[in-house]
This record gives sequence, structure tokens and C-alpha cells, in this order.
Amino acid sequence: MNMKVAQRGENVMKQDQPGQPVTRNDDANHELSVRVRDLDLWYGDFHALKSINMDLYQKNVTALIGPSGCGKSTFLRCLNRMNDLIPSVSIKGLIEMDGRDVNESKMDEVALRRRVGMVFQKPNPFPKSIYDNIVYAPKMHDLVSRKADQDELVERALRDAGLWEEVKDKLHQPGTSLSGGQQQRLCIARAIAVQPDVILMDEPTSALDPISTATIEDLMDKLKQQFTIITVTHNMQQAARVADYTAFFHLGEVVEYNDTKTMFSTPHTKKAEDYITGRYG
Amino acid sequence: MRQSFDDISAQLRARHRKSARLKWISMGALGLAALFLVLFFADMLVKGLPAFQQAKIQVEVDYSEQASQIPLAAVNEDVRPLVSRGYLRLIPGRMRDNPDLLGTTRMEWVLADGQVDQYLKGHHARLSDKEKAVVDRLKEEGRAELPFNTTFFTSGDSKMPELAGIASAAMGTVLTLLVTLAVAFPIGVMTAVYLEEFAPDNRFTQLIEININNLAAIPSILFGLLGLAIFINFFGVPRSSPVIGGLTLALMTLPVIIIATRTALRSVPDSIRHAAFGVGCSRWQMVRDHVLPLALPGIMTGSIIGLAQAMGETAPLIIVGMVAFIPDVTTSFTDAATVLPAQIFTWAGEPDRAFIEKTSGGILVLLAVLITLNATAVVLRKKFERRW
Repeated sequence: MNMKVAQRGENVMKQDQPGQPVTRNDDANHELSVRVRDLDLWYGDFHALKSINMDLYQKNVTALIGPSGCGKSTFLRCLNRMNDLIPSVSIKGLIEMDGRDVNESKMDEVALRRRVGMVFQKPNPFPKSIYDNIVYAPKMHDLVSRKADQDELVERALRDAGLWEEVKDKLHQPGTSLSGGQQQRLCIARAIAVQPDVILMDEPTSALDPISTATIEDLMDKLKQQFTIITVTHNMQQAARVADYTAFFHLGEVVEYNDTKTMFSTPHTKKAEDYITGRYG
Repeated sequence: MRQSFDDISAQLRARHRKSARLKWISMGALGLAALFLVLFFADMLVKGLPAFQQAKIQVEVDYSEQASQIPLAAVNEDVRPLVSRGYLRLIPGRMRDNPDLLGTTRMEWVLADGQVDQYLKGHHARLSDKEKAVVDRLKEEGRAELPFNTTFFTSGDSKMPELAGIASAAMGTVLTLLVTLAVAFPIGVMTAVYLEEFAPDNRFTQLIEININNLAAIPSILFGLLGLAIFINFFGVPRSSPVIGGLTLALMTLPVIIIATRTALRSVPDSIRHAAFGVGCSRWQMVRDHVLPLALPGIMTGSIIGLAQAMGETAPLIIVGMVAFIPDVTTSFTDAATVLPAQIFTWAGEPDRAFIEKTSGGILVLLAVLITLNATAVVLRKKFERRW
């Protein structure tokens, strides 16, 4: 047990053991998936992430919350190096996964993204058929070649994403013909089809209606048995519902990283409390 | 100050008048443009449609021994000047190929001289009164007609208007455009892909971008000079050939294709690129599997329009010697050839009045092909527009 009593009203947590959540969630798994140490990120001159320390655990849902522009999406995109696409970005610090620094020169970002999948804010299925959307990446990574294996993989991915029953009769229709919520589940199926270790979700439900949102939340709860899920959300209730651990970001810093229940009942920092209770956001 | 509706309406009246005036002016401009277009088309049709008919007359052809030596002897003296010399010239050859003809006399529909054709169409013709009387008599007897002119589409250029056709120029255009497409399309598309998807945004790529945009605005004759200096004089490409014409036009078409391709690539939403990267595509896989297929309709549309532009181009081809007299239809990329606009240019310079309708006829064919190409581009764009 790692109960740490912090002083209420403190703005930023002083972490004795950097990166670890303040309160332990006993229901959660605590095998390490990603270790982040002293991560700094700049967009040109703008210091967007300031010495982030976080231990992200396997087969958990970790939610990143915080006001707009706080760096939570930027942090998420560090984990599969999507920030490489922005030319002005510079990164310092350690992001360790499976014993390797993801930013080291030997690390191929394509290999990293093979193990760290991503689901985006707006559903973005490829303009191909539902079947091809799913089978494209596994084929590219040489995971399947035989037609029968492909069929099986497509079915498994769609079942895991809870979409199979709805689309099994129209696998060869374009993925873009589905509704928004179905498209997002298709994107999730596409991400899990390559059996990644980690799935990053960047506000996956912000473009969806409440019913689709609930479906996706149930799905996240189910998928965490197999995958490490790290999700960014603006929706406080969503974080409270789905996440095992929650990290509150503010102005590029992790203000509080805590067990979700504790975070939403008795947050250890004043800032997190103000944000959660809706005093700013 | 509070204003009543009447106060406001009084002010508005002047503003409404002004906008109505502007509306009428712009509609007038449109009307004028439409009028010019209609006039142009009408003029071309009136002048050019007769080119698709060519006079034939029915005469007695005597395949005698003498005719095989002196073809003129094959027809009667009174109709002799009315028959195309091009037709008469072929008689000995036909008799050699078909010995049965010897000694027979047949009534045959033969190609009439260009002047007879002009006379029958009611134009001024260089015929004596006696010859005109003969033509009139033939016409009364139903032995002079204006059937569809197949020669125009099947033979090459000729100094005899009744034998002149656009086939060699059309073939030259096809060969030239094939070369243009083969050179400009891959280079243009790959250049655009590099600039849009791979290149860093720095001074150097910006410089390249500005230069490509400027390239599209360079007078085409300069491309001809470049082709002459580089391709012919330096690399020794045969002059007047479809290869040199195609290469020169490729230089001209490149910026069009590059700009069109870049626009098409830019219109592919970034979410597709992110999705591709997200599942672990390399940059090239992302481009090949996701971005290019989506951009392809735009790329094709741009390329077709670029080709259509190149097809109507004459100036640079004059410089590299493609304005040539080409009587035979060639299918070689390295033989001398001509292209449709150059053929039109040549005919426009002919002194014989009969070539006026050939010129207009050629323009009609060129216009038809261009309209078809542009329509194809529009159809492609409509068909594949935004599928994501």
C-alpha cells in the first residue's frame, strides 16, 4: 500500500516517488506498461509539457483530464510519436516501454505504432470497405496472409469492438457508410486488429451522441482486459466511469495523478478539486 | 437617432439601384461573352461543316492500254478537268493490281476536282463557263453529288484540297500526347508527392514551389526554344518527330500536373494521414495506399486538362519543326509528323480557297476532341468526388 497523505490546497503534488499515483487503486493491475520520466516538450519556444513523470499500468484505463490546452493530447501523442509529424516539436526526457526508450534513435516509429495503436477524436475510417479497414494493417504488418485467417481476424476484431452483429452482413460496404458511433467502433476494431499493447484514445467520444458514447465506454471497460488504454477526455463523468487511474493536467504539468475514485471524491490538490467541481475548465 | 422604416427605405433605394445596376452590367458581360462564343461556333460550323462533304461525279472510265500509260486518257475530254488528278494518278496502279480491268469501260463515281466541289457548294470556283456547264449538266442528270467526305478522316495532307485530310495530323497528335503523358505524368505526380508529403517546409522547397508556379505562366514559345536548344541540339532528338514535340509539350504540361496534383493531395483530409500513421504505416505506405487513391480523380482531371492544353499548343511545336507537310500517316515516334493545330495553321496559310473549309473543318475536329477531353475530366471529377 502506498497511501500518501498530501496536504490539501497544495497546487502541484510533490511526488516522493515520481510517476506513481498518489493513492493506489487495489482493483487495478500494477504491471508497468509505460514509464515516463522528466518529459519536456516544446512547440518551438512554447513549453507545452513540463517534466512529466508518470507510470502507466498495463490492462488499465488511464484517463487524462484537464482544461483545453493543458497538454494532455500532446502527452498522449508522445506515446506513439505522432508529434514527430509536427516539425517544430522538440522532446526531452524518457518514455520507456518494454525496456526501450521510444525516442531513442534506434526505435522505429512505425514499429512503435504497431504496438501502440490510436483512436482519434473524429472517427476516421479509411474510405475502404469495413473488411478492408480492419484487414489492411494486419496484412501490412504480415500478421495474416491466408484468406481464412483474414476472415477470422476481421470477425474477432469486430466482435471485440462490439460491432460484429451490426455489420456482419455488410462487410464489403464502405466504412464511411456507418453511423458516427459505429465508425468510431470500426476505428477501435482497426486499432485492436494488430493486437497492440497500448491503445491511445484522443477524446474518442467527443464527436458522438450519448448512446454511442455509452457503448464506447462499455467497450473500453471490456477492452482493458486485453489492452492498456490511455484516454484523453473532456468529460469528467466519463473519466469517473471508465478510468482506473486519472491524471489531471494543467498548463503542461501533471498536477495530480491519482486513483480515479480518490480523485473524484477527495482530490489531493486544490487545482484538481476546483477543476473537477467545475470552478474552471 | 431613431429611424423609421420609411427613412431607412429612402436610403436603401439608392443602394438597391446601385446593386441592380451592377447586376445588369455583369449580366451584360456574360451575355457578350456568350454572344462571342455563339458567333465563333456558328462561323466555324458554317465554314467548317462543308469540309465533311466532298463532291463526287459519275463518269465513264475507260481502262484502255493507253490509260495505263497516260491516266488522263481514261476519261472523256469534256470531264477530264473535272476529275481529281489524285484519282487519275491511281488508275495505272489499280490496273496493275487488277488485270481484269484492262479493256473494260465502266461508269464510276470518282472524286471530283476541288474546284468542282467548290462550285457545287456555291462558292467561287476557278472553272471556265464551259466546264461549269458540264458540271451543271452532270448535276441535272444526278451524276454529281456531295457525299460524306471520308478522305478527310483517312488521309494525310495534300496540295490538292479534295485529297487533303487530317489523319496524319491526328495520328501525330496521338503519338505526341502519348510521349507527353508518359514523361509529364509520372514526373509531375512524383514531384508533387515529394513536395506535398515528404519535403520539409524550408527556404529551398519554397523556392522550388514559387518557380513551379511561375513555370506555368511562361510563354509557351520559350518552351519550344528550350526544346530546340536542349533536346534537338544537345541530345540529338530527331526534329519534327513526335518525340521532340512530346518532350517539349511535357515541359509545358509539367507545372500544370504538379500544381493539380498538389491541390488534389492537399484536399485529402489529414485525418486519413493520421489514421494511416496510427496503424503503423510508413510514410510511403500512407501515400500509396491512402492518400494517392483519394487524390487520383483530382490528379487525373488536372492531367487531362493539362494534356488538352498541350494538345491545342502550336507555338512551341513550330520551333521544333512539327509544322511539316506530312502526306502519309506515320505511326513512328521518330519520323517527321505534324499535329492538329499545326495542320490547321498550315491550311490557313494555303492560297486555295478550298482550304478555308478544310481549316474550319480541322478546327471543328480539334474542338470536338478538346470538348470530349474536358468533359471526361468533368465526369471523372463528378464521379469520384469526395468519397470519404
